[in-house]
Amino acid sequence: MRADLLSTLRIEWLGNVRADILAGLVVALALIPEAIAFSIIAGVDPRVGLYASFSIAVICAIAGGRPGMISAATAATAVLMVTLVKEHGLQYLLAATVLTGILQIIAGMLKLGFVMRFVSRSVMTGFVNALAILIFMAQLPELINVPWLTYLMIAGGLAIIYLLPMVTNAIPSPLVCIIVLTTITIALGLDLRTVGDMGELPSTLPVFLLPQIPLTLETLMIILPYSAAVAAVGLLESLMTASIVDELTDTRSDKNRECIGQGIANTATGFIGGMAGCAMIGQSIINVKSGGRGRLSTFCAGVFLLLMIVFLGEWVKQIPMAALVAIMIMVSIGTFSWSSIKHLREHPRSSSIVMLATVIVVVATHNLALGVLVGVLFSGIFFAWKIAQLFRVSSVATDDGTTRTYQIEGQLFFASVENFNASFDFKESLDKVIIDVSRAHIWDISSVAALDMVVLKFRREGAEVEIVGLNEASETLVDKLAVHDKPGALERLMGH
Amino acid sequence: MKKIIALIDGSSYAQSVCDYASWVAQQGEASLVLLHVLGRRDGSTDNADLSGSIGLGARTALLEELAEIDGQKARLANKRGRAILEDAKARVEQQGVTRVSTTLRNGQLIETMHEFEADADLIVIGKRGEASNFDMEHLGSNLERVVRSTKKPVLVAARAYKPVAKMLIAFDGGKSAMRAVEHIATSRVFTGIDCLLLHVGSESSGYRKQLGGAVATLQQAGFQAEYRVVAGQADRVIADTVESEQFDLLVMGAYGHSRIRNLIIGSTTTQMIGACKVPVMLFR
Repeated sequence: MRADLLSTLRIEWLGNVRADILAGLVVALALIPEAIAFSIIAGVDPRVGLYASFSIAVICAIAGGRPGMISAATAATAVLMVTLVKEHGLQYLLAATVLTGILQIIAGMLKLGFVMRFVSRSVMTGFVNALAILIFMAQLPELINVPWLTYLMIAGGLAIIYLLPMVTNAIPSPLVCIIVLTTITIALGLDLRTVGDMGELPSTLPVFLLPQIPLTLETLMIILPYSAAVAAVGLLESLMTASIVDELTDTRSDKNRECIGQGIANTATGFIGGMAGCAMIGQSIINVKSGGRGRLSTFCAGVFLLLMIVFLGEWVKQIPMAALVAIMIMVSIGTFSWSSIKHLREHPRSSSIVMLATVIVVVATHNLALGVLVGVLFSGIFFAWKIAQLFRVSSVATDDGTTRTYQIEGQLFFASVENFNASFDFKESLDKVIIDVSRAHIWDISSVAALDMVVLKFRREGAEVEIVGLNEASETLVDKLAVHDKPGALERLMGH
Repeated sequence: MKKIIALIDGSSYAQSVCDYASWVAQQGEASLVLLHVLGRRDGSTDNADLSGSIGLGARTALLEELAEIDGQKARLANKRGRAILEDAKARVEQQGVTRVSTTLRNGQLIETMHEFEADADLIVIGKRGEASNFDMEHLGSNLERVVRSTKKPVLVAARAYKPVAKMLIAFDGGKSAMRAVEHIATSRVFTGIDCLLLHVGSESSGYRKQLGGAVATLQQAGFQAEYRVVAGQADRVIADTVESEQFDLLVMGAYGHSRIRNLIIGSTTTQMIGACKVPVMLFR
C-alpha cells in the first residue's frame, strides 16, 4: 500500500508539472484583484486578504482532498465578517479565523462531508447564482457616485478581458487589462481611486503572530457565531467546488480530507494575519481551463501571488480600482449559472422555487449558509409532498354489507397521514373492518399513530378491527428496527 | 490451479507473456484471463487556454470541451486495447488454451488487479512495459508495483518464450522460499522439471537442514531435485549460475525487505529480475 501512496503523491504533485506551473501563474494573476476586492468587502486592509490567499492556497495544496482546486480568500466568507470587523476590529477577525479552522477540522473528522448529499442540484445552482450576485454587489461601492471616467475605464477593461481571448489564448486577458488600465492612468495622470487608497499592502513575507484578544468566554461568544457561519459556508462552497472540479476533470476527490485541509488552512491563516477563506468556484474553473490539474497548480498560485505582491507592491498600489472591478464583474458573470434562467420555465416548478428561495435568502442576509439551509428545507418539503402522492386506499365490502376490507397501498408518513385519515368512512355501520397494510410502507410514528386512531374510531362505532400485514409494512420503520444495515434489507423494504 | 491472469500491454513482451501464460494454463489446466488496463487519463492539458477569463456559461462549455477531448482519446485507447487483446487471445488459442477470456478495463493497474486477483492463482506480467524501450536494463515501473501489491505468485516473463526444463530455486530459508517449494511440490504446472535449490551464503548447519527438507519435499512429489550451497554475493552467484548452467526459470521469494531499505541499497529482487535473462517466478 505504501507503494500506492508514494505513486499517488507523485502523480498528484508532479503528474503535470509544466501545465500546473503555467496555470498557477494565470490563477495567481486573477487571485490578486480578488484578494484585494474581498478584503475591501470585509472592511480590512488588502494585506489581510492577500496573506490569506497565499497561505490558504499553499496549505490546501498540501492538505486538501481535491488536487487542482483553488482555495483563497473568498467573497462568500468575506461578506460574513463585515459586522465583526466593524464592531470589534481586525484582531477579533483573526481569532474568528482560527476558530473557523478548528470547527472545520472537527467537521472533517466527524466525516460531515456526507451532509452534502442533501444539497440538491437546485440548491447548488441557487448557491452559485447567489454567490455571483454577492460578488457583483460588492462592486457597487466602486460603481455608484464615481466620476464618469471610471465607467469608461471599466468598460474598456471588460472589453479587453472578453475580446482579447478571441485573438490569443497565450496571455491572461485580466493581466493585460490591469497593465493597460494602470499604464493609461499613470500616463495621463488620471485622478482615479487606486489599490493603494484602499489600505496597506504586504511589504514583507507573512510572520507568525497571535491575535491580540482577551482569552475569555465573552470573546468566544462574540466570535463563535461568525466562526460557525464562516465554517459552514466555507465547507459548503469548498465541497461544491470540489464536485464541480470532479466533474470537469472526471476524477474523484476525498471530501472529508478536504474539510480537514480547509480547517488546517484557516487555522494557520489566522496566525499569520489573514482572514478565513475557502475554495473558489470561478478560480478553480480558470485553473482547470488553463490546464491545471495537480496540487502543484494550487501551490504555485499561492507562491506566485505572494512573490508578485511583495516584490511588485509599488506597482500593485497604482492599479486603478476600475481594473479590479472589471475583473470582478467577469468573475461574477462567469460564476453565474446563466442556463438556470432558461431552465426556470423548463424545470419542475418545485426545483425552480428551491433555487430562487436559496438566492433570495442569500441576497437578503448575505449568508450563503442560511440560503442553503432554506433551499435544503424546501427541497425536503417538496420531496415529501411528492412522495405523499404515492398513496392509495381502496375498499371492498362483503355482499351482506357487514364486513369491509380497506386496502392501503403506498407510502404512509407524516405528509400522507391526512389523506390516510380522510379515506375511511366511519359512518358506515359494520361488524368487522379489515385493514390490509401489507402493500403499504409505514415510515414514521405519525403514521403509526394515525393507524392506531383509525382502529380506535372503528371500535367506537362498534366494529371489530383486524389489521393484516402489519409486520411487513412496519419494516420500513427503519430507525427502530435498523433493518437498513442488515443484509437483504433493500429487497425486504421494496419487496411487498 | 483455477485461474491465471495475464497482464497484456502493447509492448514486445506481450507475446512472451501470452506464451508463458498458456504454458502454465495448459500444465495446470487453468482458465486464462487476458487483462489490459487502459490507465487513468492524465487530464487533457494539451491545448490549455491561458486567457484566464471566464465568460457566460463557462463551466458548461469547459465541461463539454474537456469531455469531448477525453472521449476522443478514450475511443482511440479502447480501439487499441481491444486490438491488443484480440491478438493475444488468438495467440494463446493457437497454442491450445481453450478457456480464455479477455478483459479491458479503465483505471489504475494496481486497483484493477486487486479487483480481479481474488480468485486467481497466478499473475503473469512482462519484465518491462510499453514505456521502457529506450533503456535496455531498466525494468518496467509497473512490475515492482504489481509484485509488491499482490499476495499471489507472479511469473515475470522474459523477452522470448523458451520451454522450461530446468529451474533454479533461490533458497534463502525465508518464509516465501518455503512457500515456493510447497507450491511447486503440489502444483501440476512444474511436473517433470528438474530443480536445483541454491543457497548463497556460508556453510551453516541450520540452512543445510532446511535445504535437505525442501529437497525431500520435492523428491517425494516426484521431482528430480538437489541442493547446493555457494558462498558469495547473492545476486551475482544466482545470475552466474542461471547463465552458465542454462536454467530456464528462476524461482525466488520477493521483496522481503522494507521499502525504505530498498530506497537506500536497492532491492535484491529488482536486481535479480533485471540481471537474469530468464523468467522469474516470485512468491511473497
